[in-house]
Amino acid sequence: MMKLSTPAIAHQPMALVNCRLAQTGVEKLQPGGVLVVDGVIRDVGQAVVPESLPPHARVIDCGGDVVAAGLIDLCAFVGEPGGEHRETIASATAAAAAGGVTTIIARPDTNPPIDEPAVVDFLLRRARDTGRVRVVPAAALTKGLNGADTAEVGLLLEAGAIAFTDGPRSVANARVMRRAMAYARDFNALVIHHLEDPDLAGEGVMNEGELALRLGLPGIPREAETIMLDRDIRLVALTGTRYHAAIVSTAASVEVIRKAKSAGLPVTCGTSINHLTLNENDIGDYRTFLKVAPPLRHEDDRLALVAALAEGLIDIIVSDHNPQDVETKRLPFAEAENGAIGLETMLAAGLRLVHSGDVTLSRLLSAMSSRPAEILGLPQGRLEVGAPADIIRFDPDEPFVVDPASLHSRSKNTPFDEARLQGRVKLTIVGGEIVWEAA
Amino acid sequence: MSDPHPILRFRHRHLLGIEGLSAQDILILLDMAEDAVAISRQIEKKRATLRGRTLINLFFEASTRTQSSFELAGKRLGADVMNMSVQTSSVKKGETLIDTAMTLNAMRPDLIVVRHAQAGAAHLLAHKVDCSVINAGDGAHEHPTQALLDALTIRRNKGRIEGLIVAICGDILHSRVARSNILLLSRLGARLRVVGPSTLLPSAFERLGVEVFRDMKNGLADADIVMMLRLQKERMNGGFVPSSREYFRFFGLDSEKLSYAKKDALVMHPGPMNRGIEIASLVADSPQSVVREQVEMGVAVRMAVLEALAEHLPNANHDDHV
Repeated sequence: MMKLSTPAIAHQPMALVNCRLAQTGVEKLQPGGVLVVDGVIRDVGQAVVPESLPPHARVIDCGGDVVAAGLIDLCAFVGEPGGEHRETIASATAAAAAGGVTTIIARPDTNPPIDEPAVVDFLLRRARDTGRVRVVPAAALTKGLNGADTAEVGLLLEAGAIAFTDGPRSVANARVMRRAMAYARDFNALVIHHLEDPDLAGEGVMNEGELALRLGLPGIPREAETIMLDRDIRLVALTGTRYHAAIVSTAASVEVIRKAKSAGLPVTCGTSINHLTLNENDIGDYRTFLKVAPPLRHEDDRLALVAALAEGLIDIIVSDHNPQDVETKRLPFAEAENGAIGLETMLAAGLRLVHSGDVTLSRLLSAMSSRPAEILGLPQGRLEVGAPADIIRFDPDEPFVVDPASLHSRSKNTPFDEARLQGRVKLTIVGGEIVWEAA
Repeated sequence: MSDPHPILRFRHRHLLGIEGLSAQDILILLDMAEDAVAISRQIEKKRATLRGRTLINLFFEASTRTQSSFELAGKRLGADVMNMSVQTSSVKKGETLIDTAMTLNAMRPDLIVVRHAQAGAAHLLAHKVDCSVINAGDGAHEHPTQALLDALTIRRNKGRIEGLIVAICGDILHSRVARSNILLLSRLGARLRVVGPSTLLPSAFERLGVEVFRDMKNGLADADIVMMLRLQKERMNGGFVPSSREYFRFFGLDSEKLSYAKKDALVMHPGPMNRGIEIASLVADSPQSVVREQVEMGVAVRMAVLEALAEHLPNANHDDHV
């Protein structure tokens, strides 16, 4: 069993009643309630009504709001160690709690990177002491993210790392990648990979195409992603490793994934909330908050991603939360860092796809909870009896305007600055304990 | 010109690019520039239009002709002109951009002319300062006053722009001059062609409404205007172009290639020229070449731009950002 930074267990039973339940594997919302005892879901469904509860239980009337499993974000940068000016575990998990994210997988490209069992241990302790939600580190796939030497996969797993990735870097050398995959395979470890051929991407800073030509910015061709994905899929076939493509951003990548899955390879993939809800046109007059990696693509690519999400071909959605301070963003576009914050707005931004009728609420929520749980082998992320009580409550129709100043992240680089969204999270519970309650 | 538009006013607070300018905006500037040509050809060249105004030339990239052209334009209109050449060796040039901009802004200039190696630098600056900003070249994005001076040169020689076939040749991908000219000349009704190898001219340029050619013979056929672009030496590295001699053989403008164009075609170049790489000396110095006239028009166009923006000074009550 994996080590989790589980917050202290609340002993008083708690019941959420008068809910619309988003239960794993059930397409439609069902009326009912959830009973939580000792940090675990004891009962869920229509039988959970005030009359049926233990006498000393705390009862929360949800007024018909949606109640779902807490979200699991497979890719977020939490700042520690070394990037505390951008984010800390305290601030990242505060943002997560307010956004309904109850488990964060932390990126390993910290300073020093998470390539040592001691750093994994440090992160788990910091998360236990300062985090509001669960934080589980992903460890480096290569030592120092150097793209050359396989990291200590076995020791890092024992220390509590949940997966292996070089974060925002791609392992360019196919021989190195093959060996890392083959070695990880023996531990049944999950390899997560960022997809960008660094040579082909070159100096590029946005999607290659008409808009890049108009803005005079060097482009990154879609092929920089598909070539790397194609290569990886062949290496998966060669090594049999469990492989997860971190963020696919193009229509062509979706087709590569389709082929790999239909060939029965152990391949899954994700995309980011940014790539599902924004496109390259949002860059406008060189807005650096829209500079992310991989770059925002054409609207045709976005539509292909949304369709693939609805179909289940794209397994999961990540926030790709990447806090950047003013100094790294208030620059000419080409010189600005990549990254956008997203923990706090991921659900509401994703609900745009539900309101537009492109994706069902059930698929959206599974892509943010039960599906990542399956990929990672985590027990949470499901609204079912016996699962850890990581639970959120929200009204998917409640409108609000994103105010960067009120966001909890230490950095304010949101691409949804002043966007009109729907579905603010009202209540977040982790391990039976309330960690966020909207005012 | 005979019928200027004395009543119409230039509506913009900044000149960040040709994008965002209407045909009418462009014509206002060209007509004002005609007056400036006349002024510059007099013995007494000084006007008081910008007396008491401060113009700062902020150049993060070395430039002799554009900077001196703006300096002269400002002085002929009576402005106080300060030149700042910020030579930066560090990778993070942008830090200098914002820091410098805020410092200069505190000195209360009225106009800042900026050149920077990064696309979008002028937009960024315009968001941070209170005065008018003129883009004198931002990366591979735009160089609006170059396009204006090219249009003025063409109009004075051909009497019109509408309907002319203009062939822009060479390193289109990295050229801000090409982008601004494509926008401006097509807005005034010219037929635009771009000519170059695929490495320097991605076919996606077709979506900007231009015809793409891979060889000079077809690209220059019946052209009224042949506009050559400078090929930076560093393009020889990195696989854009195998060598300068190969480039000259296929894309350098010599007498033979020029013969494909109309007999009275104009030869233009934004300078500085690489003789023997993109243009043969014989052609550069031929009667068809208007390269020196382009330089003269440069001062006139910049006077027109400064004067047009000065109508909005001091910068009160303006909310448009274009």
